[in-house]
Amino acid sequence: MSFDMSVTMQTIAELRGVTKTFGNVVAAKDLNLSIGKGEFLSFLGPSGCGKTTALRMLAGFEKPTEGQVLLDGEVVNDLDAHHRPVNMVFQHYALFPHLSVFDNIAYGLRQQRPHVDKQTIATKVEQALETVRLGGFGPRRIWEMSGGQQQRVALARAIVNEPKLLLLDEPMAALDRKLRKEMQFELQNLQRQLGITFVLVTHDQEEALSMSDRICVMEGGSIVQVGSPRELYDMPRSRYVAGFVGTSNFFDATVTDSAADQITVRLASGQKVHGTPEIPIDAGQEVCVSIRPEQITLTRALPTAEIALPVTIQNRIFLGEHTEYLARNEALGDFHVLVPRQAELNEGTFNAGEQAFVSWGEGALLILEN
Amino acid sequence: MTERGRKALLLAPAGIWLLVMLALPLLVVFVFSFGERGAAGGYVPAFTLEQYANLPARWTAFKNTLILAPLGTIAALVIAYPLAYFLAVRCSPKWRTSLLILVIVPFWTSILIRSYAWIFILGGRGLPALLESIGIDDIRLINTPFAVLVGIVYGYLPLMVFPIFVSLDKLDKRLLEASADLGSTPWRTFRQVTLPLSVPGIATGCMLVFILLMGEFLIPAILGGGKVFFVGNALVDLFLQSRNWAYGSAVAMTLVVVMLVTVSIYMKFISRLGGQRQDVSLM
Ligand SMILES: Nc1ncnc2c1ncn2[C@@H]1O[C@H](COP(=O)(O)OP(=O)(O)O)[C@@H](O)[C@H]1O
Ligand SMILES: [Mg+2]
Repeated sequence: MSFDMSVTMQTIAELRGVTKTFGNVVAAKDLNLSIGKGEFLSFLGPSGCGKTTALRMLAGFEKPTEGQVLLDGEVVNDLDAHHRPVNMVFQHYALFPHLSVFDNIAYGLRQQRPHVDKQTIATKVEQALETVRLGGFGPRRIWEMSGGQQQRVALARAIVNEPKLLLLDEPMAALDRKLRKEMQFELQNLQRQLGITFVLVTHDQEEALSMSDRICVMEGGSIVQVGSPRELYDMPRSRYVAGFVGTSNFFDATVTDSAADQITVRLASGQKVHGTPEIPIDAGQEVCVSIRPEQITLTRALPTAEIALPVTIQNRIFLGEHTEYLARNEALGDFHVLVPRQAELNEGTFNAGEQAFVSWGEGALLILEN
Repeated sequence: MTERGRKALLLAPAGIWLLVMLALPLLVVFVFSFGERGAAGGYVPAFTLEQYANLPARWTAFKNTLILAPLGTIAALVIAYPLAYFLAVRCSPKWRTSLLILVIVPFWTSILIRSYAWIFILGGRGLPALLESIGIDDIRLINTPFAVLVGIVYGYLPLMVFPIFVSLDKLDKRLLEASADLGSTPWRTFRQVTLPLSVPGIATGCMLVFILLMGEFLIPAILGGGKVFFVGNALVDLFLQSRNWAYGSAVAMTLVVVMLVTVSIYMKFISRLGGQRQDVSLM
């Protein structure tokens, strides 16, 4: 599902030049971002890059040092968390240990003024429990729930308030792999079903890629690229993004020619490659080229492609539907190659020590800033 | 060694201690309380309920103890809670340790000396003189129940602050954010999250202070000036001055029973307050 912010969506939240410093640590630097109503947006980046800080500013737990946070078109910098129509699923759930599952979920409704009547609260809580598939668990105590169940309670506690924005801070970090996969599907279904805008923070690229409409990649407190998972994967703007969204092979290159719409770079192996980078790059500059493992073809015979490099197979790992090879070229170094099952049937498997060629189709090779 | 053996070994020192230092003396006191006073004091074996029949003569001591011990506990709680809350929740970690040390510093001097200091503060040339200078005359503070109350609250405050501090310090601060996130004002967050989760600390602190206050004798002796005395003072008098061991034993046994009754009522109340939570530690 592609997501075109500018056309289809009404903006529900916005960061305008938002900077946050703690002492002399700059946790977030000049963040600019529009969040569309009903979208599923993820902040992706390694630990410490400022994701949680960005989320906490949306929730109202942190005040921006500079810039503005907008909700529904209004600046909310000075609006306390308890006045914002925003709810959060905390990293370690932060469920109230002294309250039952029911009371945890009812907590938000009970804070509303004028009071919500008991019957309505009971109905809504039951409904929320059903939504997260915990029907009948209301009277349970929190410590009687497993990690996965606690996570659902945390989710129910947030969605029962029908927030304009649901913030999730690494909600699945504490779950085991299998449960995490399940929850990813469920979260995505839930988001579609409820139509609530989700903002997720994660350092797990797979999580971000599989669930989000758009991903906002962060590095050292700054946003480095925002786009749909496909855009980020196919058109990363920098080596950092290409490395963080999916895996890739990177090789150093030097720019030899730089025209308005096309530049030429020379690989360490001598071949010249043309491309159109996202950002203007001057001749003489050191850049890197990136090629995804699954876009490389491995053959025994010299292929007809523009560039084909001789390699020696180093290693083979069987991954089920793919086989991963490590192939070494004298000049460039190691290539990771993913060969799909189907191709394996034609070419047969390669053994360590065997000679082969790597090649790729047009446009597969990207020229990126270092 | 078997699991049982190991458990027994762990419990042995405390068990022997309790047996020798608590159970046996208690038994002795129990037996003595049915005896008689010898001609030159001390104890003469007998079996009579006479000592228990004489209890009403010491009614004032029981009354004072039963009023001032709970009152002192409540006053200490009211003063200690905000302090503990500030230290655990609001205070920056930079200052916390130094302030905590300040709370215990008084323990470095004997309670005797500190209570004497209060004689001067509450005595004629202390606070009353100050009050007189602003036109409030004829206030007597020393040797009143008020003076004793001030003394016991002052003396036992740290014992109340620490358990509450610990329970508030343990409290996951993200719960407070979660509460705010769900639309709760700071005051309601305090009532619905902070307070219930600090009940174990409150319970421990109150229990500690209350039990110790029931046996207190030093502070009433110094600040009550013989006019406000506790059961503890009566015991000192009976055992050490008039050497009426049998009567003293009856008074002591009665105090033990009163304490057991009040503490068990208190436990019932607290466990209801804490709901059916498993992790409410009372002691
Ligand atoms: N309350 C705070 N006080 C001081 N530094 C903080 C605080 N919160 C975050 N930081 C710092 O800001 C940076 C970004 O943190 P955070 O937003 O939590 O990153 P992430 O969620 O991406 O791991 C880190 O260097 C962190 O140490
Ligand atoms: Mg984080």
